[in-house]
Amino acid sequence: MTGKTLLDIRGVHTFYGNIQALNGVDVTVNDGEIVALIGANGAGKSTLMMTIFGAPRARSGKIVFAGTDITQLPTHEIARLRIAQSPEGRRIFPRMTVLENLQMGASLDKMKHFDEDVEKVFVLFPRLKERIDQRGGTLSGGEQQMLSIGRALMARPKLLLLDEPSLGLAPLVVKQIFDAIRELNRTQGLTVFLVEQNAFGALKLATRGYVMVNGNVTMSGTGKQLLADPDVRAAYLEGGRH
Amino acid sequence: MQYFIQQLINGLTLGSLYGLIAIGYTMVYGIVGMINFAHGDIFMVGAFIALIVFLILAALFYSVPVVVALLVMMIVAMLFTALYNWVIEKVAYRPLRGSFRLAPLITAIGMSITLSNFVQVTQGPRNKPIPPMISEVYNIYGVSISLKQIVIFVVTAVLLAIFSYLVNKTSLGRAQRACEQDQKMAALLGIDVDRTISITFIIGAALAAVAGTLFLMYYGVVVFSDGFVPGVKAFTAAVLGGIGSIPGAVIGGLLIGLIESLWSAYFSIDYKDVAAFSILAIVLIFLPSGILGRPEVEKV
Repeated sequence: MTGKTLLDIRGVHTFYGNIQALNGVDVTVNDGEIVALIGANGAGKSTLMMTIFGAPRARSGKIVFAGTDITQLPTHEIARLRIAQSPEGRRIFPRMTVLENLQMGASLDKMKHFDEDVEKVFVLFPRLKERIDQRGGTLSGGEQQMLSIGRALMARPKLLLLDEPSLGLAPLVVKQIFDAIRELNRTQGLTVFLVEQNAFGALKLATRGYVMVNGNVTMSGTGKQLLADPDVRAAYLEGGRH
Repeated sequence: MQYFIQQLINGLTLGSLYGLIAIGYTMVYGIVGMINFAHGDIFMVGAFIALIVFLILAALFYSVPVVVALLVMMIVAMLFTALYNWVIEKVAYRPLRGSFRLAPLITAIGMSITLSNFVQVTQGPRNKPIPPMISEVYNIYGVSISLKQIVIFVVTAVLLAIFSYLVNKTSLGRAQRACEQDQKMAALLGIDVDRTISITFIIGAALAAVAGTLFLMYYGVVVFSDGFVPGVKAFTAAVLGGIGSIPGAVIGGLLIGLIESLWSAYFSIDYKDVAAFSILAIVLIFLPSGILGRPEVEKV
């Protein structure tokens, strides 16, 4: 069921000032796939997620989404092509209620399917429904994570970027979120590109995976291949080197 | 007692105008983190545009109903003043966004001087009077309240109601608040941050233009330097109420108006500004972020 290339990242170099964060990254995400990007802290995973949105902008290389070159587009126009992200640090609007945060997510969809979509998010994360009128800043870390993912889903994205969806969540909730991602992918064909430190869970979930070290993609393969790879196992799965 | 209530009414009138201007300061501060020192002059420009519209109406028509005249003045002033502020933001502030904090502040002071000198050169340095538009005064139990004051209260209340609906209930207002809280995230959700900032300047200017029109109607006179003192007072009001907080700006405005007129009534009118600023200083000692402001540091 995976189809043509949806997101194509070619030779992307990104800098923070003079510090190089990405060093010629090539990543491809096909329609209908779940692609996981794993790697240690500081490898450049989150930078790649933000570079897709042009914040920071790639200094060289090319990013193509659904046939459109988005390398130089303003961030909001990239988002309007229906790429949604649950970013690093969750970035919940702290002085907006849960409902308003979800409404912000739906602004990409011009609020056209708000009632229907918000119900789906509440089925996924019933906790958010209990907190509906509470301010985002007062939620616990786990609740904020749910809200961040829910908000991204409200946009009805063609491509969903998840930066560490399991961060700060109880194992049970992590399982629930991974199940939800799998379900959305299977039933609606949602394409997901996720960054994870929880390499085992991510690779089990993913169709394909990439391993990132110091701003370079060093390895790629199907989720199963990477799970079986001795280097990957040593570095990310059995607590070995890092 | 009547005297006290009389002063209360006078203070609230003044305070309504301060409040309308203060919203512009507070919104701009909230979204771009800068003090738009030209905002007081934007208010003055609004008053002048209202004056010009008044003169045109007077020249063209033998008589115009006061309500119609006021409405036309207000709407035209809102449009043109918004245009001024929109251009100022685009030309003077946007290129400096992201540079060091003092740069936009200095530019804003420059824009303030530019505007007041521009008006001085084009409109002349003297007071510009208009004949009284409304002169009815009602006497209730020894307290006199003029129709002008009632107009100011009503217009302010209606405007604040519309405005708070806009900010709290519409998607435009949500986008505005989102940009205030996290511009990067707002952009990730497809919000055009630059456009939202432009709209903030436009709304702030429109409210200041209404304050300018009401000021002209109330005092019957305006001069190019009229932007400065009301501007500083409104800025004080915004800080007193908690800069960044919209209800705070209104409360701050009313308080400054009340302090000023009550002080003038019971003590020396010469020291009314000293009184207003002293209260500000005292409040800021005990509530550094103002009455409704939030502390700068937030739990993340």
